[in-house]
Amino acid sequence: MQLVSDKRLLSRLPFRINGWSLGVISIALLLAVPVLVVLGYLLEPAGEVWEHLAATVLQDYVINSLLLMVGVAIGVLLLGVSTAWLTSMCQFPGRWLFEWALLLPMAIPAYIIAYTYTGLFDFAGPVQTLLRELTGWGYGDYWFPEIRSIEGAALMLALVLYPYVYLLSRAAFMGQSICVLDVSRTLGNGPWRTFFMVALPLARPAIVAGLSLALMETLADYGTVQYFGVSTFTTGIFRTWYGLNNAAAAAQLSAMLLLVVFTLILIEKGSRRQARYHHTTQRHQSLTRFQLTRLQSFMAFMICFGALFFGFLLPAGQLLWWALTTAEESLDGRFLSLITHSLALAASASGLALLLALFLSYGKRQYGSWPVVLAVRTAGMGYAIPGTVIAIGVMIPFAAFDNALDDWMRAQFGWSTGLLLSGTLVALIFAYLVRFLAVSLQTVEAGLGKIRPTMDEVALSMGVGSREIIHRVHMPMLKGSLMTALLLVFVDVLKELPATLILRPFNYNTLAVRAYELASDERLADASYASLTIVAVGILPVILLSRSITRSRHAEPT
Amino acid sequence: MPNQLNVKHASVKYGRQTVVDDVSFELERGVIGCLLGPSGCGKTSLLRAIAGFEPLAKGEILLHGRCVSSPGETLAPEKRRVGMVFQDFALYPHLNIEDNIAFGLRGQSQAQRRERVKSLLALVGLSGTQKKYPHQLSGGQQQRVALVRAMAPQPDILLLDEPFSGLDVELREQLAREVRDILKREEVTAILVTHDQLEAFALADAIGVLGDGRLRQWDNGYSLYHRPNDRFVADFIGQGAMIPGEVTMDGDIQSALGKIHGEFVKQPAAGEKVELLIRPDDVVHDDESDFKLKIVDKVFQGAEYLYTLALEDGTELLCLVQSHHDHDVGEMIGIRLYVDHLVAFPVVAD
Repeated sequence: MQLVSDKRLLSRLPFRINGWSLGVISIALLLAVPVLVVLGYLLEPAGEVWEHLAATVLQDYVINSLLLMVGVAIGVLLLGVSTAWLTSMCQFPGRWLFEWALLLPMAIPAYIIAYTYTGLFDFAGPVQTLLRELTGWGYGDYWFPEIRSIEGAALMLALVLYPYVYLLSRAAFMGQSICVLDVSRTLGNGPWRTFFMVALPLARPAIVAGLSLALMETLADYGTVQYFGVSTFTTGIFRTWYGLNNAAAAAQLSAMLLLVVFTLILIEKGSRRQARYHHTTQRHQSLTRFQLTRLQSFMAFMICFGALFFGFLLPAGQLLWWALTTAEESLDGRFLSLITHSLALAASASGLALLLALFLSYGKRQYGSWPVVLAVRTAGMGYAIPGTVIAIGVMIPFAAFDNALDDWMRAQFGWSTGLLLSGTLVALIFAYLVRFLAVSLQTVEAGLGKIRPTMDEVALSMGVGSREIIHRVHMPMLKGSLMTALLLVFVDVLKELPATLILRPFNYNTLAVRAYELASDERLADASYASLTIVAVGILPVILLSRSITRSRHAEPT
Repeated sequence: MPNQLNVKHASVKYGRQTVVDDVSFELERGVIGCLLGPSGCGKTSLLRAIAGFEPLAKGEILLHGRCVSSPGETLAPEKRRVGMVFQDFALYPHLNIEDNIAFGLRGQSQAQRRERVKSLLALVGLSGTQKKYPHQLSGGQQQRVALVRAMAPQPDILLLDEPFSGLDVELREQLAREVRDILKREEVTAILVTHDQLEAFALADAIGVLGDGRLRQWDNGYSLYHRPNDRFVADFIGQGAMIPGEVTMDGDIQSALGKIHGEFVKQPAAGEKVELLIRPDDVVHDDESDFKLKIVDKVFQGAEYLYTLALEDGTELLCLVQSHHDHDVGEMIGIRLYVDHLVAFPVVAD
């Protein structure tokens, strides 16, 4: 009788537990530590420093961050939606080129475009110099927009973040175009009316999703606002951490920032869900684009070219010019060591992220009980969280661990272990994993999703065992996704600035950090080698993205 | 010689829910069987138990005389020599047609494999597609590739899980007949799972109707239609009306249609209240007949009209009539009953 009741108890458990599930859950918990630590500080009583912050600068942080978000929102909407509409719905010369080239600004991190624009447009830059030479004006004789301002920062961010809106709204326009737009046109609505009455409302969820992504990046930015001297949350966290040396207050600022980010995540997820209902057709037919008049074609060309020119060609050209002419720092051993550092970090972080992503997504596929699904979703949340916040969330528990271990070792053996984790590459790579695991997880999960369970079962029924299935079915089908996952994380790690700045071992320099340091010393031209390298590598994922766009246009069922 | 397949008192459970309940049947070599039933009746679970993907809670399954499933012991699917065709075909997108079909072939030389693939493709009329990829074939062609891929290793039994449901309706019937020819020519023992009775009639030699996890009747199509075992089978197979009546002392049935005489499939007791199954083809239109009923609905089906007729107490009757007899809704038409064997079920009190 005892046996029977025991059995019933076990079968009453709502999910099956095994080693793999436990592994998935532990990894997710470990990766959630930084966020939990930061959020935990919301419960701590506010200290003296916090009161000081609240009385003095907190208002600035909030207002500046909000202003920046509003500015970036206006910029990315104008640039992203207009270019998406033009390239998907209108026919004009160069359209096929802009279709993918408009993604190129994604390759440039915001802080790097900020350096180049400063070099171009500030008082000593070539533009103002030329203006003075042409007019004979001197200092103070004329007004010129100040690039190092909050408006300037918003413009810089908008120029490199608009591709998020472009990508998602373009997909929405392409998806809806065939039926509803044609209906609208047969009902006698012209292009403009159709755009505002049908296309825009239908694409709204997709546009909002793209906008939320751009705003998450805006909140995460540190390099641009720091360089332009705009006080936002991220610079505030930095200042509190280093200047005031107060971990608790820095964590509390981080927690406030996190709450805003979580709101954005909710908006983004909600919009994506809605976007699915607004997607009005599955079929991809070749659509009849609006034929533009000569003048309209010229305007369309100029709008797209403008976005491409100011977002990519101009800054990349300036970097190239600096690298070729004025840069004093040469490609010596020091630069080589920057490259090896960056490559080693990016390679190990992307490799580890890939292994974890495989472990998590196979766990979800084989044992998809709700705790496992929840754990995998948690592990994939870090992407929206600013690097600054993650760095603080890593630093505090790692330092506490190091100190506790050190105290214990000293008490027990009279021997100091010093800093074992904090200030080492372990802490840095852990932070990268927290932030970028989402990228490889998403890619691997998408790839694995294409291997339907029946494909495993059909192999089994033909007498092919599990190991052989992995080898003959899964690996060949996953290869592309795994490479993509590696590449995406690699490039993201290479670009990442604030977390690297806070967590890197003493004097351990990477390309991003070096570009930041040189720019901060007003050696903009010298920063060009490092910046240019980052941009060049950053183009790789853009090529991947544009290829997948062209392929989806041909719509091969795979 | 043992049967190709023996299913003995098999039960499958998900947690505490029993989805297949004490099912027994057997298949001889070369026979095509079918598990037919509405969705959720347990037919796919039973098929997956035969393939080895689901363990048995009770009973046993024997393939070729060898016990492959019993409670606590489930031989792995890859060791069973079963072939399976799935609803989504599950063709490998990264392999061409030749490699897909040869996927389960082992211990053979390259040349032997190529020869086997060639003859299988010829069998389904797809010669020359070896180097194509699955997405380059139409749905029907993909279905045929999935079929011969499962047949390639010459399994002891072929399991087909709703193999036609992903295809256009017009294609389904034609393919079902084609598949039957192929299986018969190759003397393959097979089980088809479907919810579509026409598909089952077109393809299978023997059909098992499943309802709520239980095997209601194992029979050929004709008997399922004309001699259903219970209300469930009668309702599920074909169309028809249930006319309430009472069994007279002479063993006839007194109903709103008058006194009906015939040979019972299962003789009810005198005086019992029953429901009599009347199929549309049991009702014959006859302008001469004095027994007239009102048309309440009609559906044009090409060669025939399917009229719905109302009795005075509101009970409705279906009647198939050649489409030359075009009557309007509301009109009274004369009918005669033409019932060889009476199928009557006792009325279950609510």
